Amino acid sequence: MKILVCISKTPDTTAKIAFTDNNTKFDESGVQWIINPYDEWYALVRAIELKEADASTVINLVTVAGADADPIIRKALALGGDEAIRVNANSHDSFYIASQIADVAKQGGYDLILTGKETIDYNGSSIGGMVAELLDQPFISLAAKLELAGTKATLTREIEGGEEVCEADLPLVVSAQKGMAEARIPNMRGIMAARTKPLKVVEPVAADSLTTVAGFDLPPAKAGVKLVDPENVDELVRLLHEEAKAI
Amino acid sequence: MSVLIFIDAAEGQVKKSSLEAMTYGAKIAEQLNVAAEGVVLGNVTEDLAALGKYGVKKIHQVSNDELKNLDAQVYANVIAQVAEASGATVIVFSNSMDGKAIAPRLSARMKAGLVAGAVALPDTSNGFTVKKSVFSGKAFANISVATPVKIISLSPNAYKTVAGEGTAEVVAFAATVDAPKVKVTSVNKASGEVPLTEAEIVVSAGRGLKGPENWGMVEELAKLLHAATACSRPVADADWRPHNEHVGQTGFAIAPNLYIAIGISGAIQDLAGVNRSKVIVVINKDPEAPFFKAADYGIVGDAFEVVPKLIESIKKLKGVA
Ligand SMILES: Cc1cc2nc3c(=O)[nH]c(=O)nc-3n(C[C@H](O)[C@H](O)[C@H](O)COP(=O)(O)OP(=O)(O)OC[C@H]3O[C@@H](n4cnc5c(N)ncnc54)[C@H](O)[C@@H]3O)c2cc1C
Repeated sequence: MKILVCISKTPDTTAKIAFTDNNTKFDESGVQWIINPYDEWYALVRAIELKEADASTVINLVTVAGADADPIIRKALALGGDEAIRVNANSHDSFYIASQIADVAKQGGYDLILTGKETIDYNGSSIGGMVAELLDQPFISLAAKLELAGTKATLTREIEGGEEVCEADLPLVVSAQKGMAEARIPNMRGIMAARTKPLKVVEPVAADSLTTVAGFDLPPAKAGVKLVDPENVDELVRLLHEEAKAI
Repeated sequence: MSVLIFIDAAEGQVKKSSLEAMTYGAKIAEQLNVAAEGVVLGNVTEDLAALGKYGVKKIHQVSNDELKNLDAQVYANVIAQVAEASGATVIVFSNSMDGKAIAPRLSARMKAGLVAGAVALPDTSNGFTVKKSVFSGKAFANISVATPVKIISLSPNAYKTVAGEGTAEVVAFAATVDAPKVKVTSVNKASGEVPLTEAEIVVSAGRGLKGPENWGMVEELAKLLHAATACSRPVADADWRPHNEHVGQTGFAIAPNLYIAIGISGAIQDLAGVNRSKVIVVINKDPEAPFFKAADYGIVGDAFEVVPKLIESIKKLKGVA
């Protein structure tokens, strides 16, 4: 069994979101970078669990990023995974990134490709589906459970107001979300081992970008909270009904 | 040429998020001076012609038993065929769970630039630029798409449904439908409850409620308002509430009209999931709780006293005993 886990570097969840260059660039000054939580907590940890259940499993990590992502990949390798591949390119276009991952996937011949359900910066939820299409493989989005029996996968997928259980044969692309696994912390042994695990850097293949980021905006500041006396809850209901027209 | 809107009618009924997508897509069609058309997959019981009131002039229906359940690969293939036949230059989805499965596949298949999670109409004054939510609701990005066909998936609750007049012409579309490779074996849906991501009103509670036994008043308030219930992450982690109620950076991102937060501190990761709500009400006994900074209305007080009063007061407003 060969598993490819897609890893993305994202700003820490508490990072201050600001922009420079006339609102065209994310202001990276002082920003701490982390592994995208969905990639780490759900996709990667589930892959590690599958390897724990079947020691012959090989886990490769892939990221499409510049060298500044290397510490993040090492951190992912510290959690688990046998080797990492970094496609040396910087892009914000999902199709370009998916094309690079699909190329790595084709060469590696993976049984299972796992991504997080979305990145917490661009919130695109797009890479998994695009990779699946480029590889002509089935795609299960927003999976909260994944079990394997031989070449058959059984998954639980989130749907509006509930969930559905489905089955598909490998190879398969899955985007992972909460429920898939429990977050782990790398231990000392993992951190030491990660230093010597292979991190292969490959150059990108030619691929199109379908979109560009023209600029960013910040939401308008809130006007400030209107506080209502706890002894006068009727006033809150009146405001919600008459002023906000929300109930 | 057309703007083609994917009408999600799983289980035979058109979803609310698809009504938004139709209203939105029809408006884009007007902007571009082309026809608004819809595509429905599967055997739908609802009166499709009546969807004309949301601005679609024509609906392509692909009836085939293989389309009963979602296999994104099969769906994307069929939608691509319809898009080609109708000369679609813009394809609109709702950024719902199914939209997230299908739209990226279609984008890669048609090499059509995708804007996932749009919150406004495209700006066509200079090219084609669409505003979407990024950084978990903390900012917006304007995404330019230059490909001949463009795909937009619209954030739920970002565009208001408008029902006007008119009926749509419903035509059967003969598509090549592959056998699905994904087999759905069971569907588990809490019937009668409002799905969280589609809800207009959400009542949410956090660790301030002390324990799962105290959620009765939250559920009562939600029922009264036809609202969905939600919770903060530690509440879901402690299994006080089901995981599918967890909102925030690592849970669902929602944007209801009204969000009522009870006993939630308003940590930055929690706010990331709810900061696009139109009106936010916070009930917290700590006047320093960060959530008040993001709120429109607030009550500094004990939830166990305030919420029962709120229920009584809303009952009065609604005239229920
Ligand atoms: C990477 C990362 C991702 C995260 N993702 C999420 C996420 O997706 N969603 C999420 O929610 N959190 C997330 N968190 C956790 C987040 O940081 C907070 O810990 C969490 O939101 C706190 O939950 P809470 O507000 O329910 O609990 P607390 O922080 O314990 O707050 C309880 C609040 O209730 C109030 N209170 C107590 N008693 C009463 C009473 N009787 N009446 C009224 N008010 C009362 C208190 O004043 C307090 O403000 C994440 C954290 C990290 C590090």
